[in-house]
Amino acid sequence: MDFRYLPMTEQDKEEMLQTIGVKDTEELFSDIPEEVRLKGPLQIKEPKSEGELKAELAALASRNVTMKTHASFLGAGVYDHYIPSIVDHVISRSEFYTAYTPYQPEISQGELQAIFEFQSMIAELTGMDVANSSMYDGGTALAEAATLSAGHTRKKKIVVSEAVHPESRQVIDSYGRGQHLEIVTVPHKDGLTDLQALEEAIDADTASVIVQYPNFFGQVEPLADIRKIIDTQPKAMMVVSSNPLALGFLTPPGSFGADIVVGDTQVFGIPAQFGGPHCGYFASSAKLMRKLPGRLVGQTKDEEGRRGFVLTLQAREQHIRRDKATSNICSNQALNALASSVAMSALGKKGVAEMAHLNIQKAHYMKKQLEAHGLQVIFQGAFFNELVIKVDDDADALNDYLVTQGFIGGYHLGRTDDRLKNHILVAVTEQRTKEQIDTFVREVAAVHAKQY
Amino acid sequence: MQNNTDFPLLFEQTKPGRTGYSLPPLDVPETDLSEVFESSYIRSEPAELPELSELQIIRHYTALSRRNYGVDSGFYPLGSCTMKYNPKINEDVIRMDGFSHVHPYQDTKTAQGALELMFDLQEQLKEITGMHEVSLQPAAGAHGEWTGLMMIRALHEKNGETQRTKVIVPDSAHGTNPASATVAGFESVTVKSNEEGLVDLEDLRRVVGEDTAALMLTNPNTLGLFEKDILEMAKIVHEAGGKLYYDGANLNAIMGYTRPGDMGFDVVHLNLHKTFTGPHGGGGPGSGPVGVSEELAAFLPKPVVRRQGEEIILDEDRPDSIGRVKPYYGNFGINVRAYTYIRTMGPEGLKRVSEYAVLNANYMMRRLSEAFDLPYTQHCKHEFVLSGRRQKKLGVRTLDIAKRLLDFGYHPPTIYFPLNVEEALMIEPTETEAKETLDSFIDTMLEIAADAESNPEIVQEAPHTTVVSRMDETTAARKPILRYIPE
Repeated sequence: MDFRYLPMTEQDKEEMLQTIGVKDTEELFSDIPEEVRLKGPLQIKEPKSEGELKAELAALASRNVTMKTHASFLGAGVYDHYIPSIVDHVISRSEFYTAYTPYQPEISQGELQAIFEFQSMIAELTGMDVANSSMYDGGTALAEAATLSAGHTRKKKIVVSEAVHPESRQVIDSYGRGQHLEIVTVPHKDGLTDLQALEEAIDADTASVIVQYPNFFGQVEPLADIRKIIDTQPKAMMVVSSNPLALGFLTPPGSFGADIVVGDTQVFGIPAQFGGPHCGYFASSAKLMRKLPGRLVGQTKDEEGRRGFVLTLQAREQHIRRDKATSNICSNQALNALASSVAMSALGKKGVAEMAHLNIQKAHYMKKQLEAHGLQVIFQGAFFNELVIKVDDDADALNDYLVTQGFIGGYHLGRTDDRLKNHILVAVTEQRTKEQIDTFVREVAAVHAKQY
Repeated sequence: MQNNTDFPLLFEQTKPGRTGYSLPPLDVPETDLSEVFESSYIRSEPAELPELSELQIIRHYTALSRRNYGVDSGFYPLGSCTMKYNPKINEDVIRMDGFSHVHPYQDTKTAQGALELMFDLQEQLKEITGMHEVSLQPAAGAHGEWTGLMMIRALHEKNGETQRTKVIVPDSAHGTNPASATVAGFESVTVKSNEEGLVDLEDLRRVVGEDTAALMLTNPNTLGLFEKDILEMAKIVHEAGGKLYYDGANLNAIMGYTRPGDMGFDVVHLNLHKTFTGPHGGGGPGSGPVGVSEELAAFLPKPVVRRQGEEIILDEDRPDSIGRVKPYYGNFGINVRAYTYIRTMGPEGLKRVSEYAVLNANYMMRRLSEAFDLPYTQHCKHEFVLSGRRQKKLGVRTLDIAKRLLDFGYHPPTIYFPLNVEEALMIEPTETEAKETLDSFIDTMLEIAADAESNPEIVQEAPHTTVVSRMDETTAARKPILRYIPE
């Protein structure tokens, strides 16, 4: 059988074996002991031709409900947003997607400049001094922020708000176990971090306080008040996880004195892809620059004085510092950072603000409609594009019904929080039309009314 | 000569009022947001993002792409990185709506196509690695290493063996190995290599003990050599109560010939973006699934994708799990590409991949050894390491050789790694390169070696043809400029 990715011919093989001085390729594997040799062929599926395989996988793909076949009101960290057509055209250029990490700056100026621009845009949006080249995702970025804060302050206690994304909190727990950190959770109250509980939790051992802005429930945390509480402990750091689209409208965490701001740029040009890859970002104050995890691109000059870009401050990294590195991270999400850069460039100064505004307006319209239909929207604080509805009936059954009506319903908060059984977190992005919102509200209200 | 204005930043091309987007008008009655938000929470100054038209953005990124080099541009023998061809069907498949626009929190009943693919990929990877269970959760190789070590830690803790705090790594190991050990809360201990470039068994016997949590190993190792005493090593570590960790960075050498599970490894991570053609993307995203032996299966990260009757489910009910290592279910987009590749190649194809990767590497190694020192002379696997010490005596360093290759349109090999070879040049051709390409590259290397003797300046001052010359990396690190600041 022939394989289109393998150019080796019988003639090539003969010539090469002769040069090497062996009679067959088996000789090249003679150092693999007999006892560990695989005896028969691998028991995996037989290959398919290009056309057959594409047809099979298309059939598999068509078994999924998607945000194209259905109008999605599901968010909880992953959103259905406008992706400008140019994004995929740019990231499909193989000079970008088939390249490795830009170790050779002379032939990687394109990637390096693109990352430098990404770092600049993230720093600008978050109001921070510097940003790195990207992280795996928002959740692991947050865990790395916790680790950094513990290393920097030489303290072990991390105070995490319960209004932070539950999966991010679980990732912090996992990383924390490795680092012997003490993770303390502060409950939410009325959809916001309970500030009184925060005051009680923070002490001289605290490395950092982690909050989300807007938080998991869509509510806007009072960062100014939180900063004041953190300031009662001079060393403790403020770590904020932030949806970067919301920062097109909201005052950036940097303006409230955040030390580290992380999040995910999935909102800018990256499809949901069943949860990944997305693209974490990591921004900080200048004083933490030399402690950041991941790759950093810096501006410099070549021998002739021309501007250029290089990977820099590599003394932090695993390939130099090995067990003393600030993190074990090697790869980043460069291609997705590029996608987000293209989306942020296309939206630009005006578009990011306008898109954020559309999200807020549509979400607020939905809240009014829900209330007008007798449904209970439970948190009453300022919010971005997500809100929580309490339903009397079974939230999962409601979502099953909504799928039959062409909708992907919200996130059932009872999945991870017993106090919030049958509370549904609903996201409204700029992609949702008035008609979709009206129909969705009517359907939810109808189910609600039918049962009670 | 070009200057800054030839390749301006996006920000330097901005003109107020230009836009490159298209959003629908607001179609709902407007809420007065000043009544909803406190004024101090409404951004007072808009973020200074670029203002450009769509064509300007396209021209910008097209110009940048032309200042970049990928596998599609030319030969990329970057050792340890497996820069093989990235098949185009993979890109078509992940762009199908049914894969790219599925939300991770949809009810699993509405995402069975995606889950079925994940489950079947796990099954294929179990067989390829010889492991009992596989999780697709980790986002990349280093993330897989950390996940694997956390599982080993959990196992020792469950057995009451909390004194096992040390992870042994060979001196030739990837930097991520000791770094991952630290992040997982272990201390790393180095085991020496012998004259053959293999782990020194005597030294291994010396360093193992009651405090050994695990030995991390790539096999073939970073010198491209197969650790032929692997069963003895496994015995030494297992008898001491430790576990064996397989760094799958070099799996491309052995598919269909041997499997980590059969060699005695307890945990394996794979780099789907290396062996299984996920594109490297300029640095990521990758995907780093982990495979485990039966003993460690209970500790896999949550959720576990498994079959329950007719349905594929996300199993969260795993009391011994190390927890969640990443939001959602791994880098699905990369996993879809890897699955497409495995289904394209099948059992015979994957074995031929390893056969030809090894043949190509040995051919290059033998031909290049006429001009470059070969510190380890036995047959290599998918990659090999040369030393530039002969050229260094002539004043030409390995860095110079790498830079000179740029003039000929090649991406250089990995340099100065592994650390136990002086002036190392680590070359991995992969199986997707044609003999003609290997021959041209070899001829170029031989020419550079000749120039090192007769005309060293041309090598020392390279590159001569790239869009920029060597960068001032010292100033970049000393006075870091990490973002655009308007003048």
